[in-house]
Amino acid sequence: MNDLRDLYQEVILDHNKRPRNFRIIEQPTHRAEGVNPLCGDRINVYLNIEDEVIKDITFQGAGCAISSASASLMTEALKGKPIGEIEHLFEAFHNVVTSDCECPHGLGKLSVLAGVRDYPSRVKCATLAWHAVRAALEEHKEPVATE
Amino acid sequence: MSALPALSTVPIDRCADLDLARIRAEFPILRQRVHGKPLVYLDNAASVQRPKAVIDAISDCYSSYYGNIHRGVHLLSERSTTAYEGAREKVRAFLNAASVQEIIFTRNTTESINLVASSFGGSVVKAGDEIVITGMEHHSNIVPWQMLCERTGAALKVVPFTDAGELILEEYERLLDSGRVKLVGVVHLSNALGTLNPVKAMIEMAHARGVPVLVDGAQSVPHLAVDVRELDCEFYAFSSHKIYGPAGVGVLYGKKALLEAMPPYQGGGDMISLVTFEKTTYADLPNKFEAGTPSIADVIGLGAALDWLNAIGLDAVAAHEHALLEYTTARLSEIPGLRLIGTARDKAALASFTMQGIHPHDIGTILDREGVAIRAGHHCAQPVMQRYGVPATARASFAVYNTHDEADVLVKALWKVKELFA
Ligand SMILES: Cc1ncc(COP(=O)(O)O)c(C=O)c1O
Repeated sequence: MNDLRDLYQEVILDHNKRPRNFRIIEQPTHRAEGVNPLCGDRINVYLNIEDEVIKDITFQGAGCAISSASASLMTEALKGKPIGEIEHLFEAFHNVVTSDCECPHGLGKLSVLAGVRDYPSRVKCATLAWHAVRAALEEHKEPVATE
Repeated sequence: MSALPALSTVPIDRCADLDLARIRAEFPILRQRVHGKPLVYLDNAASVQRPKAVIDAISDCYSSYYGNIHRGVHLLSERSTTAYEGAREKVRAFLNAASVQEIIFTRNTTESINLVASSFGGSVVKAGDEIVITGMEHHSNIVPWQMLCERTGAALKVVPFTDAGELILEEYERLLDSGRVKLVGVVHLSNALGTLNPVKAMIEMAHARGVPVLVDGAQSVPHLAVDVRELDCEFYAFSSHKIYGPAGVGVLYGKKALLEAMPPYQGGGDMISLVTFEKTTYADLPNKFEAGTPSIADVIGLGAALDWLNAIGLDAVAAHEHALLEYTTARLSEIPGLRLIGTARDKAALASFTMQGIHPHDIGTILDREGVAIRAGHHCAQPVMQRYGVPATARASFAVYNTHDEADVLVKALWKVKELFA
């Protein structure tokens, strides 16, 4: 079971059980829904952006442990960040979950999801919330899919 | 491993009429390890594996006698045509259809249903008419009818089912009584719930009101003997890849009088008898519905699969799988927080379930690392998931080659899932 523990680290199991920022923002400046067509998971992300800074970011929805924990960790990582940093962080995170590169600095807790790289079918779960944030900033009306 | 209960000793892999060791030896793909564990393949409802007899039949076609069919005077074309039409006769006998003219080869169940929706539906269904399907259909028996309704202005009506996963026949009868129903579409064996629907009774009820019935047999044919004349359905659809045959071939059975009256589905070669630029005369059945070059070797492979299955006997298959399902269901019920989705009295071949606080996708990943292949998702039956208020389920589905030992591996792995998420 050791290799499974690499994927399902304590931090991930904890964020799955007690997701942070798991609520709706009533009047968000930005929002989007992310859908994983493979498994039917849906995640809504809500953002309050003021002066190009993420003042608040939350999510709601049903997903697997990887997508829930990833969404929860993402909200923690992005809160207070200028929106100009999102793309850079997403790119670094994407590298961590897809390739064998050394974890770049500055990812903090997000790097606990590095185990996903050994489970290619789960990369979409780990990136679902990020895709939704990107869509929210692009003001998508339709739900975005990870496909 | 504290939560692991001791496995009870059960008579393993012994079934009165089946030599499971011999059967398993015929499936080369089953002899492998995944993630270092012996493969336990329990995703048979998605697609089953094929025995060597089928792989050899395809390989033999390509290596010794392949040619295009129905058009050559040369020996290879004649041999391929004979083998292809021989497979059609095997399908006819398998379904006990009256004539080979009633057996149409398609790409899969989905295409078979689309053929009926487009050709039969397109010519018969008008604005204000109704199509009746059930709440437990696969998307392939929903979307073609929705598209037809959109084109024609007809309405789609849905037969509800109980919490156990059994159709409510009173509601079905009520829907039929509208007098506007032009076709009923019903799944024989539900891929999401395992429910075996009372299709014979449903067909009788429809016929009492002059309504034709299409049965989606994608899941049923590998598990129980089907006799289309006894059922008296108008259409019956299934896929080769779920019945030990190759992917890329499907079957549509249709009553001859209906098929004759229906316009062609696609136009092209093979489906004509005479083409001028003024007018084309269509070929007779079944060629009218088989435009273009089909997947010849795969059709022949399907014939080999039916031969192989007949040699074992569907009754023996059904008895073995039933024992396996009963055993697995009992063992699953011992796992706290595990909820079976689909508990119909008449059930076959598969167990769909959720585990409290654990997403099916995570169950699937953990099981995979134990060598156990299951399906986690909505099973192309999202309305069923909505009915139970779950985003997805985990599903273990059985084939003739599965063993009680494998059921134990599944159950043991599920206890591990619980432990990991404790
Ligand atoms: C009940 C049912 N109907 C239809 C289908 C569609 O079959 P195919 O994808 O081969 O067209 C499936 C396949 O999963 C099924 O389970």
